[in-house]
Amino acid sequence: MNIVQTVEKKHMKAEAPSFKVGDFVRVEYMIREGEEERIQPFIGQVIRFAGAGIRKTFTVRRIVQNEGVERTFPLHSPRVVNVKVERGPNRRPRRAKLYFLRGRGGKAAAL
Amino acid sequence: MSNVKFLLARKKGMTQFFREDGTVVPVTVLEAGPCTVTAVRTPERDGYAAVQIGFLPARAKHVHKPQQKAAEKAGVGLFRVQREFRLDSPNGFRPGQELKADVFGPGDMVDVSGTSKGKGFAGTIKAHHFNQGPESHGCMNVRQPGSIGSSADPARVLRGLRMARHLGAARATLRNLVIVGVDQELGVILVRGGVPGPPNGVIELVSAGSPTLAARRRGEAAVKAPEKADKGGKKDARPAAKGAK
Repeated sequence: MNIVQTVEKKHMKAEAPSFKVGDFVRVEYMIREGEEERIQPFIGQVIRFAGAGIRKTFTVRRIVQNEGVERTFPLHSPRVVNVKVERGPNRRPRRAKLYFLRGRGGKAAAL
Repeated sequence: MSNVKFLLARKKGMTQFFREDGTVVPVTVLEAGPCTVTAVRTPERDGYAAVQIGFLPARAKHVHKPQQKAAEKAGVGLFRVQREFRLDSPNGFRPGQELKADVFGPGDMVDVSGTSKGKGFAGTIKAHHFNQGPESHGCMNVRQPGSIGSSADPARVLRGLRMARHLGAARATLRNLVIVGVDQELGVILVRGGVPGPPNGVIELVSAGSPTLAARRRGEAAVKAPEKADKGGKKDARPAAKGAK
């Protein structure tokens, strides 16, 4: 392991939440409302992981009012308080990036 | 002893970390020290006050003979890199003394110098931020510099006109960078933001606004001398080694 990774590791979450592409998750994200801090959940399906080390991010996709919404979170950000796996995919995804879900709705998007 | 702190380091790469509120701090990881004081310059003897430190131990064949003799005399090891840092007073330093990453602490402001990445012979667009020409409609002057002056009057190219030139691979200094972390165990210093040069490039760290930089700005040669000698040592190391055999 090179020295940059060693340094990085000290700032990473010791126990990063574990989940996979295709999982339906509930991301607990800390937001600020004026002085107050509260957790705002974002619920959807994980469609990709990107980056490595402390810069690793994941993208969650959900359908809001018939409109696809995707949000990308830094896995190691202290604002990402927790990621809970609500349920796994119905079928095991055969690829790492589930971009093909974007063009589909309803039953076709069922994975 | 003045409170100017200085150290040599190697750039290892960049990363980031999160503050508690989730904001990201970009940092450069520097493998700093250990450095050894190789010489102390005093106004009485040398006409100026400075401390010379060595970084990265070297074998004899990589070090110029005069540097070898000087090291022998001072009773210190041989180093690939030797630099001098100007101080108000060199009191408190003695040859052989070791300086490690912990001379700096989080929050310290530093001036960071290194040799920037070489860009080769760069055109006007890269070197001087000229605009590019249109790429379509038959234009053939996409990256050309264009006209460089008038005709019969003045019948010459004005001095200092910006043209293609060698770019990079020159000394570059960034001032007032903040040290955000020091790891004594790893010998690592984290500096906020980027630092000149390629990975493994040698970096000088000096407390912001130090006499070293002031002296450089005045153009005083004494500070530069060891640098030159060091470069010469590298270049001449091979023929010297052959001669020895």
